[in-house]
Amino acid sequence: MTRFLRHETILAVLAVIVLGILAYQSDRFFTVDNLLNQGRLMTEVGLVAILMTFVIATGGIDLSVGSIIGLTAILTGVFWQSVGLPLPLAALAAIACGTFGGFANGVIITRFGVPPLIATLATLALYRGLAEGISQARSVRGYPEWFYVLGQGNVLGVPTQLWLLVLTAIVAAIVLGLTRWGRTVYAIGNNEVAARFSGLPVDRAKLAIYTASGFAAAVAGVILVSRVSTTRSDMGTGLELDAITAVVLGGTSIFGGRGTIAGTVLGLILIQALKNGLSLAGVKGDGTIVLIGVVLIVTILISNIVHRNGNR
Amino acid sequence: MAFADHPTARRSERSLLHRLYSAYGQEAVILVAMVALFVIVGLINPRFLSPENLNTIFSGNAYIAVAAIGMAMIIITGHIDVSVGALIGVLATISGTLAVAGYPVWVAWLVPILVGMAVNALVGAMVAYARIPSIVVTLGMLSILRGGLISVTGGAWISGLPKEFLIAQAKPLGVPAPIYFMVILTLAAAFWMRYSAFGRSLYAIGGNPEAARASGIPIERRTVMVFVIHGAFAGLATLLFATQLQIIQSTVPPNLELTVITAAVIGGVSILGGTGTVIGSTLAAILFAAIGSALIFTNVSAYWLRAVIGVLILVTVLADMIRRRRQGRA
Repeated sequence: MTRFLRHETILAVLAVIVLGILAYQSDRFFTVDNLLNQGRLMTEVGLVAILMTFVIATGGIDLSVGSIIGLTAILTGVFWQSVGLPLPLAALAAIACGTFGGFANGVIITRFGVPPLIATLATLALYRGLAEGISQARSVRGYPEWFYVLGQGNVLGVPTQLWLLVLTAIVAAIVLGLTRWGRTVYAIGNNEVAARFSGLPVDRAKLAIYTASGFAAAVAGVILVSRVSTTRSDMGTGLELDAITAVVLGGTSIFGGRGTIAGTVLGLILIQALKNGLSLAGVKGDGTIVLIGVVLIVTILISNIVHRNGNR
Repeated sequence: MAFADHPTARRSERSLLHRLYSAYGQEAVILVAMVALFVIVGLINPRFLSPENLNTIFSGNAYIAVAAIGMAMIIITGHIDVSVGALIGVLATISGTLAVAGYPVWVAWLVPILVGMAVNALVGAMVAYARIPSIVVTLGMLSILRGGLISVTGGAWISGLPKEFLIAQAKPLGVPAPIYFMVILTLAAAFWMRYSAFGRSLYAIGGNPEAARASGIPIERRTVMVFVIHGAFAGLATLLFATQLQIIQSTVPPNLELTVITAAVIGGVSILGGTGTVIGSTLAAILFAAIGSALIFTNVSAYWLRAVIGVLILVTVLADMIRRRRQGRA
C-alpha cells in the first residue's frame, strides 16, 4: 500500500509547493472567487479524467472523449433548434447519443478485440466527423437564459458544475477504492487473462467503463455549451490529451493495474493551478502548456526512479 | 511473425479481393480501393483526374506519407508518437527562420532534420532507458513543442522565403519533387525494413520484446535508433511541408499526428507491433488525400471527410481482427 501512496505523496508535495509559490507571486490567486472560478473551468476535463482513470486502470485508453464532447454539443444545438425539441429533452437526447458513442467503443473493444488505442482513434475521427458533417461548421447560439445556470450559475455560492464534479469524484473514489467492482478494474489492468480465468466479468466491466466514459464526456459537452453560450463542432478538440495528462500525472499506470481517483484529482488541481497561477503571473497560456509537458515527464521520471529503487 | 500473410494451404472459394488480401495483405486492398476510387470519381467528374488535381493529391500530401514512414517504424517496434505533428510545426518554423535570415538553403534544409533527430533521440532515450511509456513521453513532448512554438512565434507567419528554398515546388523532368521524395524514401525504407538485420530486429522487438532480448538484440539501443530515424523522417517531411507555399504558418498543423498515425495503421501496421510495412502507410496517406479530394469533386461537403475516414479505419481494423480470429491467432 505504501508503494501505491508514494506517487500521490510526491504529487501532493509538488502541489503544495506550486500553490505556495503561486500564492506568494500574486495576491489574486488565493481568493475564494478565483479558486471557485478555477473549479468551474476544471469541470469538463475533470469529469472526463475521472472516468478516464477507470479506463486507463484497466490498461485501456479512450481517445474519443474530446470528439464525443463535440458531437454532444452539436446534437444539443441541432435537436433544439432544427428538430424543435424542448431544450431539456434535446440535451438529454444528445447525452444519450454521446453515451451510445461510448457504448459503441466498448462493443468494438470487447466484442471484436480491437486494441482500445485504435478503436478510439477511429471513433475520434468518426465522432468528430459526424459533428462536422451534421453541423456543416454552423454554430448554434441564443439559448434561453435558464440554461446558463448549469455552466455559468452558482448553487449555494459554488459553481453549479463544481458540485457535479465533486460528487462524481467522491462516488468514483468509493467505487474504485472500496468495492469489489473497483478491484475487478485493477485485476483486469494487472492481468486480463488471469482476471478472465478467475471468473471476473471482464467484458461486462470494460463495456460499462467505456460507456460511462462516453456518458461523462457527453455531460461535459452539455456543460461546456452552457458555459460558453454557443455550440461549435470543434468543441473539446484535444481535451482527451489534457484528461490523459491529468490521469497519468496522478499516478495511474498507463499499462493499467495501478491508479487512484485521489491521484487524478491532485493531477487536475496541479494542472489547473499551474495554468491559472502562471497566467496571473503574466506568463502567456502557451508557456503554461510547455510547463505542463515538463511536469508530466519529470513527475513520471521521478516516480519511475523511486519505484525502481524501492522494488529492486 | 512479420510476413505471416502468405497463402495458406487451405484454399477455399473466396472472392478475388479476399485472396488478394491473404496473399499480399493490406497494401493490395488499399491499392485496389485507390484505383476503384480514381476510376469511379473520374467517371462522375473527369476534372478529378486532371493533372492539377492529381498534383494536389500526390505532391501536396507527400509530406504526410513521408512522416508516416517513420511512424510506421515506431509502431512496428511497439511504440507510438503523438507529438510528430507538433515536431513538424516546430521544425518548419526553424527552417523558415533560417532561410529568411539569409543562411544558405542547404543549412535551412539540413538543420530541421538534425534537430528532429536530436529531439527524438531524447524521446527514445526516455522510452528505452528511463522506461517511460512512449505515449506518456510524447504526450509531454506534444505540450512542450506546441506551447513552445506558439509562445516563441506568437503565431506569426513567415514570409519572404527565398525562391531557391522552395524545394517542394521544383519539378525535375516535369514531375514535382515531393513525389520523388515520397517514392524513393518509401522504397528505400521498405527495402531496409525487410532485408536489413536492423529492420528485421524492429519486427522482432515489436512482436515479442522478451524473445528479441533473449536472441541478443540490443533493445534499448535499437529503440533509441528507431526514434532517431523517425525524427529524420519528420525532418524530411518538414522539408516538403515548409517549402510548398510562399509562407510558413508558425503554428502546428491541427491533427497532423492523428492523420499520420492513422495512415500507418490503415496501411496495415498493427498497433500491437510486430507487423506491417511502410509501403502500406504511404498508400494509405495518399488514399486519404484522394478521398478528401473526391468528396469535393462529387459535391459532397468536405465536412464529412473525417467521418468517412473514421468509418474506413473501423472497417479496416474490424476486418483485420476477424481475419486473425479465423486464422486462429487472435
